[in-house]
Amino acid sequence: MTKIFNPLGRMMQRRDFLKVAGASVAVAALPATVRGAEPVKVLLWSWVPDLQLQVDMFNAAHPAIRVELVNPGQGKPEYQAVRAGLQAGSGLPDVVQIEYQLLETFRQVDAFADIGPYANAHKDEFPEGLWTQVAKGDVVNGMPQDYGPMAMLYHQDIFDKHGMTPPTTWAEFADAGKNIHAADPNVFITDAPFGANADWVLGLLWPMGWKPVSRDGDKLAININDKIAKDFAAYWQDLITASVIETKPGFNNEWYTGLDSGRYATWLAAGWGPLFLTSVAKTSVGKWRAADLPQWDASKFATGAWGGSALAVMKTTQHLAEAAEVAIWLNTNPEATKLYTTKQNFFPCTNALLSSPEWAGDKPDFFGGQEVNKVFAKSASAVAPFEWSPFQDFLYQSMSDEFGASLGGKGTLSDAFDRIQDAVVTYAKEQGFTVD
Amino acid sequence: MSNSPAAATRPVPWGGFASRKLAPYLFLAPFVLLFIAFIVAPLVYAFYMSLYRDTLVGGRHFAGAASYIKVTGDAKFWGGVWNLVLFGIVQVPIMLGLALLFAIVLDRGQVYAKGAFRLGFFLPYAVPSVISTIIWGYLYGPTFGPFTQMAKAFHLPPPDFLSPGAMIFSLANIVTWEYVGYNMVIYYAALMAIPSDLAEAAQIDGTSPWQFARLIQLPLLWPAILLTIIFSINGTLQLFNEPYLMRALAGNTINSSYTPNLYAYSLATQNQQYGYAAAVSFVLGIVIAGASYVFTLIANRRRPEQ
Repeated sequence: MTKIFNPLGRMMQRRDFLKVAGASVAVAALPATVRGAEPVKVLLWSWVPDLQLQVDMFNAAHPAIRVELVNPGQGKPEYQAVRAGLQAGSGLPDVVQIEYQLLETFRQVDAFADIGPYANAHKDEFPEGLWTQVAKGDVVNGMPQDYGPMAMLYHQDIFDKHGMTPPTTWAEFADAGKNIHAADPNVFITDAPFGANADWVLGLLWPMGWKPVSRDGDKLAININDKIAKDFAAYWQDLITASVIETKPGFNNEWYTGLDSGRYATWLAAGWGPLFLTSVAKTSVGKWRAADLPQWDASKFATGAWGGSALAVMKTTQHLAEAAEVAIWLNTNPEATKLYTTKQNFFPCTNALLSSPEWAGDKPDFFGGQEVNKVFAKSASAVAPFEWSPFQDFLYQSMSDEFGASLGGKGTLSDAFDRIQDAVVTYAKEQGFTVD
Repeated sequence: MSNSPAAATRPVPWGGFASRKLAPYLFLAPFVLLFIAFIVAPLVYAFYMSLYRDTLVGGRHFAGAASYIKVTGDAKFWGGVWNLVLFGIVQVPIMLGLALLFAIVLDRGQVYAKGAFRLGFFLPYAVPSVISTIIWGYLYGPTFGPFTQMAKAFHLPPPDFLSPGAMIFSLANIVTWEYVGYNMVIYYAALMAIPSDLAEAAQIDGTSPWQFARLIQLPLLWPAILLTIIFSINGTLQLFNEPYLMRALAGNTINSSYTPNLYAYSLATQNQQYGYAAAVSFVLGIVIAGASYVFTLIANRRRPEQ
């Protein structure tokens, strides 16, 4: 199978094969090597576990393209490798996994090819808000692979015990937090990891219409500490000062145990949350339920997103059409995309899957037989567009640093927003942007 | 040995003059080539980069010494250095003191299962720092960690190892745990090298064990102690793994510029300020070299009597 560097061997194989096969129909079905033309190699970087399954499906369906999958590590390590490649001008893949939140940051350094001519035909296969994450008008820089529309996961047992119903508005959320904590000082309405998980914070600011950095070419409008942010900060500062929430970093054993044991009554989670929670909370099976994210204004439903990534095509690719086909097929083919929801535990991106009875009607025991996916699917269809900054990792870093400093005693969350504003304005100017 | 008559008459192996001249370079070559490829070349490249500035708008342009001038006034950089100075003042004496104590006790020979103790002290050094930080991070857990659980069992207020005030000591503890054994082995080897006739003479003169340690072992250990202090200054100012990993548990305490290396890392990987990150690294190198030099000067002036 893999006798690549043995021309004589290949000749022999070919001659033998032709002797037996004869008919030209059979030749057409052969791998391209045998016909004389090498298949086009497309290098794909992704940290999606078991993606080889979908890659094998792709290769089987495309004899003229051979996708080679490399996993450079989740998130940061991969971005570092991409940036090193961009600096060096070599060593880059053809197709690369990039989180939605960082697409704009890599667009800023002109990393991507426009796959619009190939991809726009698929626009209607995805929720409208999601498509705006990967496309700017007709220019498309990625194909959505997984998604993280937000909703609230909660411990039904805790609310039952205190005779309460889960909150539907943020006002109710704050009241519930104060009442639960008063009744049981070991229970907190939620953990709000301000100092560690800036992307989570952003996911909650999203439904409020926060526009931290808007751009017009190289001109930026930076409004990080606007009225929206100040209202948000005041709300959470109140809960922090009242000590009815914790602010510990998420995604470590302490936090998992906190969710599992009922120290935290809710988790403001994303679409990938239900299956993630199922894998880390082993004793609270059946006690969890899902509901919409609490609302600021009960009369108009608003929601945000947290996480998810796309497959983008690098500008340096020598095989644009083939690379685009890889990104598109892997995220639109019904079998391949369905497999993401069963094998990789992804939250689906395509409308077909979001409304499929099989996925949306799933009633997991972990959630007491509730159709949790429907809650998140509702959120998926309502996520508004969001304008990411062209230096999103710097913005996140400033957010983590300054929220952390505030929680460590240096002022309030509101002060933190002011400091972030200053830091980002300084950075943006240093980076050559014009700041209004 | 080479003065023996046999050596003079033995034929020179390797033959001619040229190859004799070449031989040392051949032997050195593997080291020198790797040294150039992995130390010198990256240093030169980093220095080159530090003279340039990358911006998101406009790309790369020559900046001369601008980045270096900026570092000298960068509160984030010096804040990180200051964190580590505090860290080092507390941690280095404790670590080296314990290492010295263990080495002398092991050398005394009055210990049962000496080999087991020696190995036991050294073992934490063999554990990669990433692993030990993760283990200690679990032990420090403020809600479900074992120390918290114990404190709760005795109705005591649980210690918060991850609070802004305690963090530096919690990190110092991890680093001490990791490196006591390493320094102990250096001291132990130096103690073994002390000629036994000195010990005999001291015994005949009637020195107490304490006098022997203070007046004979300690002065003879001085060069080794000096060496370990310089290693420790180096290691302390380059602290990275421990705070980097603890950040996932203590995001409110450890920020992106908690140590200078963490700062340089954030600059390069998140801020895309490659030139500035290189300049920060070079200034850190200068700070380390300066600190080591100043320490050597002081130490040589106050050398204990021998």
